[in-house]
Amino acid sequence: METSTLLIFIAISALATFATRVLPFIALSRHADHPLILHLGRYLPPAVMMILVIYALRDFRPLAEGHMNMTPNGLPVIIASLTVVVMHLWRRNALLSIVAGTGLYMLMVQLGPVDVSFTAALAPVFIRGKAGGEKFGYSK
Amino acid sequence: MSLIAQWRYASLQTLPVMFGYLPLGAAFGILFMQLGHPWWMALAMSLFIYAGAGQFMAVTLLANQAGLLEVAVATFMLNSRHLFYGLSLLKRFKGAGWRKPYLIFALTDETYSLLTNQGKQAQGPADHANAWRISLLNQLWWVLGTLAGAMAGALLEFDSRGIEFALTALFIVLTLEQASRLRQALPFVIALLTGLGALILLPEQNLLLGAIGAASLILLAHYHWIDRSQGSR
Repeated sequence: METSTLLIFIAISALATFATRVLPFIALSRHADHPLILHLGRYLPPAVMMILVIYALRDFRPLAEGHMNMTPNGLPVIIASLTVVVMHLWRRNALLSIVAGTGLYMLMVQLGPVDVSFTAALAPVFIRGKAGGEKFGYSK
Repeated sequence: MSLIAQWRYASLQTLPVMFGYLPLGAAFGILFMQLGHPWWMALAMSLFIYAGAGQFMAVTLLANQAGLLEVAVATFMLNSRHLFYGLSLLKRFKGAGWRKPYLIFALTDETYSLLTNQGKQAQGPADHANAWRISLLNQLWWVLGTLAGAMAGALLEFDSRGIEFALTALFIVLTLEQASRLRQALPFVIALLTGLGALILLPEQNLLLGAIGAASLILLAHYHWIDRSQGSR
């Protein structure tokens, strides 16, 4: 594909994306104080957040062939999500909740369920290489 | 607040997005390079398109040599949930001046989430400036991730499997924050109904648009209903 074709492709894709973001501002700019717009401004964001959560968890499949599913779309996603909820209700620290949930999720996805010994659970998530997964019998 | 304090404040707020955007941006960069195009094309896409799912779809469209009309329609449809984001920010962005075009351009799911979750936010110019810093930093993480993926994707030693959960965690935290601030079940009930309904009824690529569109329509009906029960305003 030629460079010019690619550039046109990018330009069209950029314009189409921007259009979805700018249209309300063009079409409704004079009605920003309308009670209906205020109503949507109040209730739409929380609804969208919740929908984004549902969307993010859409692949949740707790069981795979009769076993506990410990791959990214299985139990780890729900365990980590619950961790985030509990942490957040407990400490009310957004960053802490997110780091704790994500760290736990990475640990579970990278190590798998089998024979995760206590030391392995304590090992720093961030230095664990791919060998870690095999060592604990979770290459599959 | 001094300038440095203001930027530090904004970057702290964008940290969770950073954890999500760096690996997702890198994933996009790696994917894009497999098409055999020059790296700066990936950079251009993250600079000028700046839409997570949109850019991943663009890679597919490129690989399949899709027509330009198809590109325009598919991209618009995929991102059309953003139409509803603007609706709830009309008043907020009013009077944002030179920052406004960028604020609108950079309105991704994650930026929208952060901007609508600031608790007691400053008013007017101070709020616009902070929103602008958040928007800019978020795109910076996305662009840096893209560059890392495009330049050195295969060489990355760090096992980052699972780090993209940071975005899910962010949405969960923001939902809880919204709930504690609003203390009303209504939007969450609506979201559960439309979200789960869309999950059951719609194919994956229309899921978000369907759920958010339906939620907006229900809120519209709800507005008319309380409007009528309260008499004319």
